Amino acid sequence: MFAGRRLNTVSRALKPPTQLRYASQASSEARLNKPIDFKKTAVLHQSQNSARTAYGLAQDAPVDWVNLHGAINASLHHALKSDENVLLFGEDVAFGGVFRCSKGLTDEFGTSRVFNTPLSEQGIVGFAIGCAAEGMKPVAEIQFADYVFPAFDQLVNEAAKFRYREGGTGGNCGGLVVRMPCGSVGHGALYHSQSPESLFTHVPGLRVIMPRSPSQAKGLLTASILHSHDPVIFMEPKVLYRAAEEFVPRDPYTLPLDKAEVLKQGKDLTVISYGQPLYLCAAAIEALEKEVKGLSIELIDLRAIYPWDRATIMESVNKTGRAVVVHESMYNAGVGAEVAASIQEGAFLRLEAPVARVTGWSTHPGLIFEKFNIPDITRIYDAIKRTLEY
Amino acid sequence: MKSRTVLRPLVASCRYKHGVLLRRSGIRWASDTWSAGPAQKVGSDSVHFPGALNSKFTSTMRFQNPAEENAMPTYRIMDADGNIVDNTRDPQSASDEEVIQWYRNMLTVSIMDLIMFDAQRQGRTSFYMVSAGEEGIAVGSASALTPEDVCFLQYREQGVLVQRGFTLKEMMSQLFANKDDHGKGRNMPVHYGSGKLNVHTISSPLATQIPQASGAAYALKLQRLINPNVPPRIVACYFGEGAASEGDFHAALNIAATKSCPIVFVCRNNGFAISTASIEQYKGDGIASRGLGYGIDTIRVDGNDIFAVREVMLEARKRALEGDCKPILVEAMSYRVSHHSTSDDSFAYRAKREVEEWKRRDNPITRLRKWMEKKGIWDEDKEKEARASIRKEVLREFSAAEKVKKPPVRAMFEDVYEEITPEARAQMKELKRIIEKYPKEYSSISQHEGGIKSLEE
Repeated sequence: MFAGRRLNTVSRALKPPTQLRYASQASSEARLNKPIDFKKTAVLHQSQNSARTAYGLAQDAPVDWVNLHGAINASLHHALKSDENVLLFGEDVAFGGVFRCSKGLTDEFGTSRVFNTPLSEQGIVGFAIGCAAEGMKPVAEIQFADYVFPAFDQLVNEAAKFRYREGGTGGNCGGLVVRMPCGSVGHGALYHSQSPESLFTHVPGLRVIMPRSPSQAKGLLTASILHSHDPVIFMEPKVLYRAAEEFVPRDPYTLPLDKAEVLKQGKDLTVISYGQPLYLCAAAIEALEKEVKGLSIELIDLRAIYPWDRATIMESVNKTGRAVVVHESMYNAGVGAEVAASIQEGAFLRLEAPVARVTGWSTHPGLIFEKFNIPDITRIYDAIKRTLEY
Repeated sequence: MKSRTVLRPLVASCRYKHGVLLRRSGIRWASDTWSAGPAQKVGSDSVHFPGALNSKFTSTMRFQNPAEENAMPTYRIMDADGNIVDNTRDPQSASDEEVIQWYRNMLTVSIMDLIMFDAQRQGRTSFYMVSAGEEGIAVGSASALTPEDVCFLQYREQGVLVQRGFTLKEMMSQLFANKDDHGKGRNMPVHYGSGKLNVHTISSPLATQIPQASGAAYALKLQRLINPNVPPRIVACYFGEGAASEGDFHAALNIAATKSCPIVFVCRNNGFAISTASIEQYKGDGIASRGLGYGIDTIRVDGNDIFAVREVMLEARKRALEGDCKPILVEAMSYRVSHHSTSDDSFAYRAKREVEEWKRRDNPITRLRKWMEKKGIWDEDKEKEARASIRKEVLREFSAAEKVKKPPVRAMFEDVYEEITPEARAQMKELKRIIEKYPKEYSSISQHEGGIKSLEE
């Protein structure tokens, strides 16, 4: 269905042929750090019925086998089709985008609504804020999250504060969505790997969202574009664009932008994460639960990184008494710091071990070091084990 | 969704007309600005590099030197003594009553500036910025706009607001951050805004409004494509010559040109960005020379000549809306007679004599007054009466606004998001607890509408 592979030069550059697999190569003796088998992981809906049950659909409801960029494309298509105010623009989006997310949309909706901009991130976001201020629903794309920093001023000083400073005039840029591919991809090095979400979680006025899967992306992006009246930073883990495939409901639907989701129930420990590391968490949990009889670990996807769902996390940790927070971006002042501090305030009497944080180290994503830098299954496994044994 | 083949044959023309929800069966895979063009012929005198389509070959090596170009001329209609320079033109395009109203609006800004500058010096407001010397740019350009046009301001355009109907009460409410302030007491003084008048609230970061204005203009264009009954509208975007050094200026003009946005960029070139003189700000021919580089129709105008500013703005507005729409750049020249703000003493970096000379020799208010007196529609008595009545009204609104309560403390937490988040609710509750426990430390809460009660759920 999505045959964009050959044209996609940037993705192709990021996905070299098999002879050299950089960080994604697993050691042959590895027991824990095995590649994620996306065809088997429980994080994804491997069967049609699993997808139907999760989204409360009838037994004959149509579902499609879709990857992440396909799900995002479907969501953008639905948004453009159902609301004339929706616009889609950024660098190279018109031919389909370097990750194919906007494939076919220019042809269907015209260059007035789906178009390329000059290569200027501050211009793209400033332009989008202005569109939104006049009642449009612009979806701006920043080609890589690593390149959002030229637009930082527009996002932090302008988009986030727009409604607040306009006050009684009613002016706002709530229709704004800024999409950006983020996270490690095996060989993205310094400027194709970053996850700057914690910089945005420090900014009141912005909603920061990161989906973990195609079906999540579709529901969350549709809600961000069509229903959110707050500016949304929508971060897409690019390593999942092609890798994560699952059954996704064909008809449009939305997911709440302020709710975490309990992916797996458990009673002994809570693992909290978001985006791509959820697959690693699920694998680490599976390995441990196989080893320790009767052990059950709860896995929670934050989904909304800010404003985030404290209530769901507190309820879980007050039940389990132990927590591990996992994310790819660095340790210092990362999302884990906020979650861990909140758990300390909200579940102090129930805590039986310090809240552990498994994160990227406080360094930069150097090319050849990625597998040592990002949290892997081993590090998550080890953190869970140590927290349980504390 | 239909599956599509990826590799498509190139077609000769990839342009097609702009339209909203326009469905098209043709084949394309590039942006609308892309066009294949004819193949280059052998011996052709032009280049056909895609990056410069109309460039001709030359065998003369010549570096183009900006110093060899003439500076762009400054358009004016009336001279410093209020005489019409070119008598073949009717400078007015407006009735005597309207001209007198412009004059009163410029006077209002000027008189309010004096009163509020002193009020800040007495500590009655926290901050103020006057616009002395630039009243003509603001009032003249705003007089050429329709009420539906959208304005983005920097902060020295009080005249735009007054000309559009912003009342003295609204101004004073903003300056005193009382409960009637549209900004709910959140912004520094002079950061005005009005939904009713289509003027977006001013923010302090310089130049950020410029790409936003481009986006807003694009939205206005699309909305008219969606619904042809919407009246044609433009965006007027104001900024100083200092702000034009920001990256956002570059981003905005470039994107406005490539996306054909109906926008008029009005640069107030008053010679100074706080202490930095324009000679340290740029090396080219002002801001106007840059417009051409972005492919934007550009004009330089005498900002002290309200007629010239108005005529230029009327024409710019018309051109911006013609055909597929396009941006226009207007560089309005003036001199910042005043200090930068109440936090600035400009005599630390420029001669008092120079300022006095500008004040005396040329400013937009006296220039229009001279013209009006020559025409016989203004005299000393009318001047005295106008100044006295405006002053009285300003002072009345001043004392009234000072007495009005401050906005509820709850407003501190509202409008961050559309709805107050659970996190903010918890923090409101905590603030309430603290204030109730230590009431003497927070006695000023009684000046706020609703007092502590506003923090309740």
